[in-house]
Amino acid sequence: MHMSISDTMNISLLAANDQQAQHNRQQFDAWGLFCINVMSSPGAGKTILLEQTLRALHGTHAMAVLEGDMTTQLDAQRLTGLGVPVVPITTGRACHLDAAMVSTGLSLLRQQCDPASLDLLWVENVGNLVCPAEFAVGEHCKLALLSVTEGEDKPLKYPVMFREADCVLITKVDLLPHVPADLGRMGRHVRQINPHCGVFPVSALTGAGLGDWLAWLGQQLLAQGRHHRNPPQHPGGLQRPSVTVT
Amino acid sequence: MHEVDMTRCLLQALEDWRDQHPVQPCVEQVHLLVGEFTCVEPSQLRLSFAAAVKDTWLAAAQLSITSVPLVGKCLVCGNSYRPDPACGYASPCCGHPMETILSGRELKIQRIDYS
Ligand SMILES: Nc1nc2c(ncn2[C@@H]2O[C@H](COP(=O)(O)OP(=O)(O)OP(=O)(O)O)[C@@H](O)[C@H]2O)c(=O)[nH]1
Ligand SMILES: [Mg+2]
Ligand SMILES: [Zn+2]
Repeated sequence: MHMSISDTMNISLLAANDQQAQHNRQQFDAWGLFCINVMSSPGAGKTILLEQTLRALHGTHAMAVLEGDMTTQLDAQRLTGLGVPVVPITTGRACHLDAAMVSTGLSLLRQQCDPASLDLLWVENVGNLVCPAEFAVGEHCKLALLSVTEGEDKPLKYPVMFREADCVLITKVDLLPHVPADLGRMGRHVRQINPHCGVFPVSALTGAGLGDWLAWLGQQLLAQGRHHRNPPQHPGGLQRPSVTVT
Repeated sequence: MHEVDMTRCLLQALEDWRDQHPVQPCVEQVHLLVGEFTCVEPSQLRLSFAAAVKDTWLAAAQLSITSVPLVGKCLVCGNSYRPDPACGYASPCCGHPMETILSGRELKIQRIDYS
């Protein structure tokens, strides 16, 4: 007689990734570093934001970057010369970074520096608005970018990414005069899905809004009980004009 | 094609489960819960699962996917509602943004039937 047995599991489908992410997170915490997972569609401005942020925090924060890219090391090359260790992670076919890839990146990073001496670890994910949101890498903070050229409806069309984000930067606001985008509507669409995340309009090109983004980041670090290794030379970060979302 | 990577995670979980048995179980059905508010397309997941288990110890396993609707709870009036993208996921009664998600984010292995 055929007898079927049922085992109740109730575990995450992504348990394998979640466990590795948990392990990465424990390492970050043991090293005392804060890890930020930077996500967006291709070309929304992740790398240039990192360039500007690394420059702004140079001298006050010890940092490193894990650079996810499907096939090239072009983004990693752009960031070298900014005085921080950069580890390229080519993902090949995979359209997102997963926790195991980040773990491999961490092993490579350890050949370049002692992670315990770092304050911030930036992880630039593969350009993709869909799946990076589901694959935790052990980060403390998820940052999503959305450029004004992508259209106001994108938060509603790719809601999981914007729901998961702790902070959303609306990028390329210097292009607003040239594109039919309503910054207020774009910001409201983000807030419809994620009422409590930080939303800051920025331009990495002109520097507008970067001070607000850096102030938000500073608050997160303070809330985590992390302090500047050296006092900032220019209190308040970049002093630049800011744009606000209403 | 992130469903391929999700399938890889699923197979890993099934192997971990198998390794707790002294005799290799014959898996008949794997029951998943997949929320509407996730990046997973059930048909893609089925396809990649079928391709991945071919000629393996899971070759006989069927995948059963139960879709879980997105349900939000309005913090203003306390009502549960089905958020509609066309209305910005807002609460239909008061237009309040989608604050609490009661269901729809599930990506779960619920149950394994085997002999
Ligand atoms: N006008 C303007 N252009 C920008 C801004 N930020 C980025 N760009 C341009 O947008 C393009 C893409 O920027 P990247 O920094 O490479 O974007 P990315 O998100 O890292 O791209 P991938 O890693 O390939 O997904 C580049 O040509 C940038 O110069 C901005 O604030 N204003
Ligand atoms: Mg880039
Ligand atoms: Zn209501």
